[in-house]
Amino acid sequence: MTVAGPRLQPTLFELSKAGRGGGKVAHPPAGALDRIPPAQRRQTPPGLPELSEPEVVRHYVNLSQLNYAIDTGFYPLGSCTMKWNPKVNEWAARLPGFANLHPMSPDDVAQGTLQLLWELEQMLLEITGMTAMTLQPAAGAHGELTGVLMIRAYHAARGDLDRSEILVPDSAHGTNPATASMAGLRTVSIKAAPDGGLDIDAFRAAIGPRTAAVMITNPSTLGLFESRIGGLLDLVHGAGGLAYMDGANLNAILGRFKPGEAGFDVMHINTHKTFSTPHGGGGPGAGPVGVGPKLEPYLPAPRVLREPDGTFRLERPGERPTSIGRMRSFVGSTGVLVRAYAYLRTHGASGLREVTDDAVLAANYLKQRLTESGAYDIPFKSVCKHEFIASASSIKRRTGIRTLDIAKRLLDKGFHAPTVYFPLTVDEAMLIEPTETESVETLDAFAAALIEIAHEAETDPEAIHAAPHDTPVRRLDEVAAARNPNLRWRPATGDWTPCPD
Amino acid sequence: MAYGPHTPADREHMLAALGMSSVDELFADIAPELRASPLRLDPPEAEQDLMARLGTLAARNRVGLASFLGAGAYRHFAPPLVDQLLLRGEWYTAYTPYQPEVSQGTLQSIYEYESLIAELTGLDVVSASHYDGAAATAEGALMTCRATGRTRVLVSRAIHPHYRETLRTYMSGAGLTVEELPVVADGPAAGTVDLAALERLLADAEGAGPVAGVLAGQPNFLGLLEPMAEIGRLAHAAGALFVAVVEPVSLGVLAPPGSYGADIAAGEGQPLGIALQYGGPYLGVLACTDALVRQIPGRLVGLTTDVDGKRAFVMTLQAREQHIRREKAASNICTNQALLALAASVWLASLGPHGLRDVAAMGAARAAELEGVLAEAGAPRLHPGPYLNEFVVRVPNAAVVHRRLLDRGVVAGLVLADALPDQPELADGLLVCATETTSRDEIELFGWALGEELAGAADPGASSGADSGAANLTGAAR
Repeated sequence: MTVAGPRLQPTLFELSKAGRGGGKVAHPPAGALDRIPPAQRRQTPPGLPELSEPEVVRHYVNLSQLNYAIDTGFYPLGSCTMKWNPKVNEWAARLPGFANLHPMSPDDVAQGTLQLLWELEQMLLEITGMTAMTLQPAAGAHGELTGVLMIRAYHAARGDLDRSEILVPDSAHGTNPATASMAGLRTVSIKAAPDGGLDIDAFRAAIGPRTAAVMITNPSTLGLFESRIGGLLDLVHGAGGLAYMDGANLNAILGRFKPGEAGFDVMHINTHKTFSTPHGGGGPGAGPVGVGPKLEPYLPAPRVLREPDGTFRLERPGERPTSIGRMRSFVGSTGVLVRAYAYLRTHGASGLREVTDDAVLAANYLKQRLTESGAYDIPFKSVCKHEFIASASSIKRRTGIRTLDIAKRLLDKGFHAPTVYFPLTVDEAMLIEPTETESVETLDAFAAALIEIAHEAETDPEAIHAAPHDTPVRRLDEVAAARNPNLRWRPATGDWTPCPD
Repeated sequence: MAYGPHTPADREHMLAALGMSSVDELFADIAPELRASPLRLDPPEAEQDLMARLGTLAARNRVGLASFLGAGAYRHFAPPLVDQLLLRGEWYTAYTPYQPEVSQGTLQSIYEYESLIAELTGLDVVSASHYDGAAATAEGALMTCRATGRTRVLVSRAIHPHYRETLRTYMSGAGLTVEELPVVADGPAAGTVDLAALERLLADAEGAGPVAGVLAGQPNFLGLLEPMAEIGRLAHAAGALFVAVVEPVSLGVLAPPGSYGADIAAGEGQPLGIALQYGGPYLGVLACTDALVRQIPGRLVGLTTDVDGKRAFVMTLQAREQHIRREKAASNICTNQALLALAASVWLASLGPHGLRDVAAMGAARAAELEGVLAEAGAPRLHPGPYLNEFVVRVPNAAVVHRRLLDRGVVAGLVLADALPDQPELADGLLVCATETTSRDEIELFGWALGEELAGAADPGASSGADSGAANLTGAAR
């Protein structure tokens, strides 16, 4: 069946047949639940599917084959850094000593993992130029919230209680303003300068006694290094505010720019971008946060500490009262951090610099190929960092073909689409990030596919409007999905569409 | 570079296309005063050497002990098929299904996850996961505030301390208040929510403001079963929503939150076949009633059709999310725990309803054996009420005894004096847990070692026979 191409699958529930399965766990003795009061017990078993092992395995293997993945092809999703996920990292995280360690273990029992976490912090501090770090946040946005809550705590501790605004460029990820709201702060959106960079005059006009911080992604979501960042940091610090750096694009600056050295007070890192931990179909990630001296007292608890005798321990509850508290349970997403550690050890200083150099070289090369072709608008001509923007604005004007259509047509040609319609500030945007782990042959093939689609837009627009043609399903009715949400399997409703294959 | 494909000739070719002679030219936009100092890190390590280093570090963790730790993370049996499926690159190297036409595997797996958790919780809307149980609980509390327009939540003191701390962090950010609900000090209901106090706080005689949500755990942090139906009834009578903080394996045998009136269920999904991993990545489970669907944060996957009328799955109701709504979003969450949700789904599908019941009931049976053995050794339970598979025993000088037992190869649960320093009534408590993976040998070892220690404590002249305990364990079925 798989050689004939991926097929849609019935759900687990449609496959279920009463009486199948079993043999995985031993039966408990009769009466094991007698001491549970009847009112507290489940009256009917949950409606979980009953399946044999071969059915479960085939279901998930066949489903997996409906997915595009880094392991199957090029994934130029801008802002997501879809680089290779090394296989040794998976092996490392599954070592029994790491995988089977209970999070409430006494420190004596956990010395190996605690040492790894401490060493990882030291490496990340060196890379970011920060002076202290927490590994607790579970993802980039979680790291953002951690950082912004620390900024609030800093101002509050100084009695500086009117600082209620965060200044964010309009090209920022949606998580930045959403984070500010969760932290009880108001977002002030600042328009970019015509060259795509920071508009220092606009910031100067907005910065004042209400400014808690500026939140800057550098390189920006346009793929440009913020060359005026030094001036902005002076401005905000001069006004008593702090500077947050969104580290989403750290892959572009390893060994080239250390945010802490430049004067940023706090930044988060997305290990699932820069440090190769798998994206997992949406997660998990990890979002370590580095800080400078001003914010160190407010780091979440517990931190990992090294004792004078060389042993390691976690902070005890209440040991550091200035902490903003916990962001989650336990110490952090350690299994993700083991993978990041393996990646950093594999590369070392020279390897990490090469990662950045190759990522930036690949992005500029691909951008050059598209620029030469004249097929797309390239709104920012200057050297880019790890990603760049192309736009279908002119194509749309001429042919009616939009970025969305081009993205779908790329799927027919065997590529994942770039990030589309982001950042919001560019018309018909495609944000393209090749990463350092794609060969020049792949970059050429991708450029050729994009150029071919631009040509098709002129000659056969209908084929593109109707794309994709060769994927397991074609364009979906998202409006119907939202108007009448069906968010779970319901055997009895009768409105179930049967599986077609 | 370890994973890069570029040869020196490739790099030259790319630079030539750019009219450049050095890659440094690509970084000319970084002003000299902003350029980084040299990276001071160890040199690159060959894969072979890296594996040796990691093996040594992992071996430094002592994971072969007889462990009775639970406290929010539980060791369960996972059939090998679970991890074998998780290691397929089509799952773990894909990303968020932004292009649904080439992401039906992930999308259908999430829809199935939503359906499985809906069956377990008895609630119809399940988000495609949060960071962990603590973050999911905090998001659940924020939902109650958004839905009611009120700003005050009540959380039982018998909820996991990490969850309460996380909740305080999240709530303070949003300018909302958290108050702790006391638990009953003694009598048959000791260790569970004090219903009279709850009623008093809900009545709001002090004028602190009406309550948005009430949070209680089932089982609670001390392993005890709470009067959930009664708590829910009191919350609803005051116009508040009810958040049940649940352990999902227990839902194989305990009443589902939907059956006792919970509006929201939150909890830690790690017990559903996910490795302990010293705290994560785990799986934040969050579910709610249909009425709250516009308030739930995180991704939702729904059913639809494609242009050819084929059934298909798609992310939906995205108007709640940060990439659309920015500062007006329900949450800033972007990354979720999709791979862990997949692990939980595969685990549940492998076990089925009867397997899940067996896992939960076997834990209850093993815990009953443990209770008997520990009582005989001189450590009786601290609370009289019913429990499932986790409970507190009273051990004078618990921290010292715990340390000594570690030398005998036993992790004697959690020292409550350390974990809950603000609850002096638990100062002599050890929180212990058993699951279907707890062997009889381990239980006997714990009982024997504890008996020796307690006898030694009663007779200060006796020495502690540390090595014999460890030797005993090597015979245990691990």
